[in-house]
Amino acid sequence: MAALQINKQDGAPEIRRRANSLYVLLAVVFIGLTARLVHLQLVQGERYTFLSENNRVRLKRVPGTRGMIYDRNGELLVDSRPSFDLIFVPEDAKEPEKTLRELAGRLGWDVDEMLQTYEDNKSRAAFDEIVLGRDIEWSAVVAVEAYQLDLPGVSLRVRPRRNYADGPIAAHILGYMGEINQRQLKNYKEQGYLVGDEIGQSGLERYWEDVLRGQHGGQQVEVDALGRRVRVLHQVNDVPGYTVHLTLDRQMQQTAYEALKDKEGTIVAIDVNSGAILALASTPAFDPNVFARGIKGNEWNALITDRLRPLSNRATQGQFPPGSTFKVVMFIAGLEEGVVDPNANISDPGYFQFGNRAFRDWKQGGHGAVNLHRSLVESCDTYYYQLGAKLGVDKIAKWARAFGLGEKTGIALDDERNGTIPDSAWKMKRYRQPWYPGETLSVAIGQGYVTVTPLQMANMMAAVANGGKLYRPRLVSKVESVDGTTVREFGPELIRTIDIKPDTLNRVHAALADVVKVGTGAMAKSPIVEIAGKTGTAQVVEMKGGYVKTEQLSHFARDHAWFVSYAPVQSPQVAIAVLIEHGGHGGDAAAPMAKKVYEKFMELQKQADEKQHVRAPGESRAD
Amino acid sequence: MKSSMCGRRERVVQIDRRLISHFDWTLFLLVLSFVAIGITTIYSANYNLATGHAGALPMRQFTWLGLGLIAMFVAISFDYHYIDRLAYPFYGLMLLLLILVIVVGHSGGGSQRWINLGFFRLQPSEPAKLAIVLVMAKYFQSDEPAKGYYLRDLWVPFLLVAPLILLTLIQPDLGTAIILGIVFISMVLMGGLRLRSFSYLVAAGIAFLPIGWHFLKTYQRNRILTFLDPDRDPLGAGYHVIQSQIAVGSGKLFGKGWLHGTQNRLNFLPEQHTDFIFAVFSEEWGFVGCVALLLLFVIMIAYCLRVVQRAKDRFGALLVFGMLSIVFWHVVINVSMVTGVMPVVGVPLPMVSYGGSALASMMFAVGVIINVSMRRYVF
Repeated sequence: MAALQINKQDGAPEIRRRANSLYVLLAVVFIGLTARLVHLQLVQGERYTFLSENNRVRLKRVPGTRGMIYDRNGELLVDSRPSFDLIFVPEDAKEPEKTLRELAGRLGWDVDEMLQTYEDNKSRAAFDEIVLGRDIEWSAVVAVEAYQLDLPGVSLRVRPRRNYADGPIAAHILGYMGEINQRQLKNYKEQGYLVGDEIGQSGLERYWEDVLRGQHGGQQVEVDALGRRVRVLHQVNDVPGYTVHLTLDRQMQQTAYEALKDKEGTIVAIDVNSGAILALASTPAFDPNVFARGIKGNEWNALITDRLRPLSNRATQGQFPPGSTFKVVMFIAGLEEGVVDPNANISDPGYFQFGNRAFRDWKQGGHGAVNLHRSLVESCDTYYYQLGAKLGVDKIAKWARAFGLGEKTGIALDDERNGTIPDSAWKMKRYRQPWYPGETLSVAIGQGYVTVTPLQMANMMAAVANGGKLYRPRLVSKVESVDGTTVREFGPELIRTIDIKPDTLNRVHAALADVVKVGTGAMAKSPIVEIAGKTGTAQVVEMKGGYVKTEQLSHFARDHAWFVSYAPVQSPQVAIAVLIEHGGHGGDAAAPMAKKVYEKFMELQKQADEKQHVRAPGESRAD
Repeated sequence: MKSSMCGRRERVVQIDRRLISHFDWTLFLLVLSFVAIGITTIYSANYNLATGHAGALPMRQFTWLGLGLIAMFVAISFDYHYIDRLAYPFYGLMLLLLILVIVVGHSGGGSQRWINLGFFRLQPSEPAKLAIVLVMAKYFQSDEPAKGYYLRDLWVPFLLVAPLILLTLIQPDLGTAIILGIVFISMVLMGGLRLRSFSYLVAAGIAFLPIGWHFLKTYQRNRILTFLDPDRDPLGAGYHVIQSQIAVGSGKLFGKGWLHGTQNRLNFLPEQHTDFIFAVFSEEWGFVGCVALLLLFVIMIAYCLRVVQRAKDRFGALLVFGMLSIVFWHVVINVSMVTGVMPVVGVPLPMVSYGGSALASMMFAVGVIINVSMRRYVF
């Protein structure tokens, strides 16, 4: 009670005393802040008013020049060129509509369209820039410069714009640029992206965005009342993006694209000994330059609603039944698992009786007596039905997967697909049903549940050709900074080595060579280079009864044509997979295209050799 | 002793006639005027000349005022001696919320600061400032040693404040961390830390700076570097600092008038209605308006200092002092930052800036002051 009494009387004496000094502190701080306000508002007030009234200080961002992309020989595929956007700042124009009429007159543009653009942007702040035109032609640039005084608020903005030297030829690899969307903006905000920025939206442009992009620079600019630049107050230089070198060969790419033109399909050419992609074309394609200049709504709609899906990269995103090309895997699996005697003949009556169902061969009447070698050369379905029945689906799946089928190759491109290699566990998981032996027979000829991507097939053939080494397909060999120093380098990357007996390899190599020499792939026979390969015709629509000619079917019901291959036979260098959607027979539609690309490859090699030979004897530098 | 005194009261909520007659109308009206200034300025900051609308924010701040009034009357309604019992539970709750905000919080502007409550996004770092005051007042309420506290006597308060500061730094919310630290030091000084011990603390703080630098986020380091050298980042933070100064300076003596500010239309600041509200106000009301607003704050703080000195016990005095130091430091740091005498750290202008959590916390703080002020007559 005593303490309480004291408290009542005294409260808190020490605190009371200390608080006294705080009045002083309060006064000092108040005077200090007021002094600052005197300085800003009274002493410097006029200057700040000047800066604010005309809102004189503006930020201009200068995007970093995006990195260039070269092919394997240093030929330019993508660069950036300067382009001019026509900008209008309504606040800087005394009478915006009058200025726009004047501008449209000078440029010979449609007045109503220009006024409409202005109306559409009216709700935005008046000092915000309105883009009247992107990548305007040179004459318009000159006109705007010349009549600048009559056009208050109108200005030009230089912007680097992506330039794809060969247009659509490598569109699916290179990808395209587009304005950053809301989701990307959220993810990339930390890296300094802003609304309206361009960002790689597909292909290499997207995958290598971080590397290609470079860093924004900018200027703090003082402008006059008409929005014209008076002087640069501060400047930060932009940093150009890195240069990316591809494994791609521009000329082979061109040949592949030309071969595919007017068809829907894809060609993939891979260096057998390193996984480097030499060509990867997919048609129908699109022109990435259209995206670079700013794609219009109707153009975009046309692309995404096109039934032929020009935006999809058929080599990595298309999943197709491999058809008879799958027999290459069956051939190897059969020998390796020891379920076939390569010399034993079976007799083929044109069908394989399994239970109460007859599985038909593609050849009416059958192939007669067939051994393993002939079965591949003539693509005898009956032989593979019985082989499939002996192997069982799980062993087939084991070998298909060993060659990388049904799994992503891991190529550095976006949205690569898996394909499907079914086995009994897969079916149980997917459909909650056991595997039926009859289904194995469909799998044995690459139908049924089996799907693969053309890239997987090319890579599989590369592994067959090089004796079992499965490499990861890659497109980029080197990343360089602008001054030419190597930032990153990419060499071959082995996914796995498949253990295959030399005898098996010899047999499959011999059979594949005979396919072209005397078998179904005869259309790929070339006087320049000896090619080994396998044709395939993948059923799209199941035929009930009877044999139907391709010509009798509607386009979208026609079979897909396959040709998977490698060359030269003696010392393989390149593996190529060709797929033509709804192309009919693989031997007719796909094989000749592979031949063209191989011939181009040999021609380029010859040229390169000659160049070396010419230089070698001289040894002198006198040119 | 104190608890026996409280024990004599039978009801926790105790507002009898005597109390009502002692209600502190001065403080109450001061708060209302700050909020009114705030809402009109928020209106202007969001006003769109073309459409003639100011969006939803001014109205929402009105809603937060309602929330604040509730918080204020809660803080007034019970005898402040009960805070003695509530201090640690409240502190624990804040600690929990700050951990929660890191686990499930919503991010904005590069950091995680909010917990979504559906109708309201709670920013726990705001009430956390109150928690520091409550636990410090509780700790220091008993009489101090004759020669004051040594640092070694104060390990408990340090242990209490450290997790709060660390958790706000993790978010990262440098502004709040600074406020927490500076309010803590103010309380410790007021509680009776020896001046010599204080100087050791300052020395230790300076020694710690390089280590602290290491933990800052890049954008925070940039702000500090930009403050030291505004030319360093002319396109980012430097641009904000310069535009903010242009806004304040162009207000000149009488300002451009309400809704007639031009700078804030430039969107030059990401947070013109929160941390930079003073820039918007300065542009429109000029030097006269700024000094008047600052004077209002000075009056309020001086008035609260009176309440500190008249409080009938140490606990009450420390509570009031803590709350007023929150207001004081917010004003000093915010105005210094907007006028370019300090680096940009995110600290709102109390009761004026937009923000529900901040307004409700501030009004709760004033409620506590009113509570002590009212009960100084009651024995």
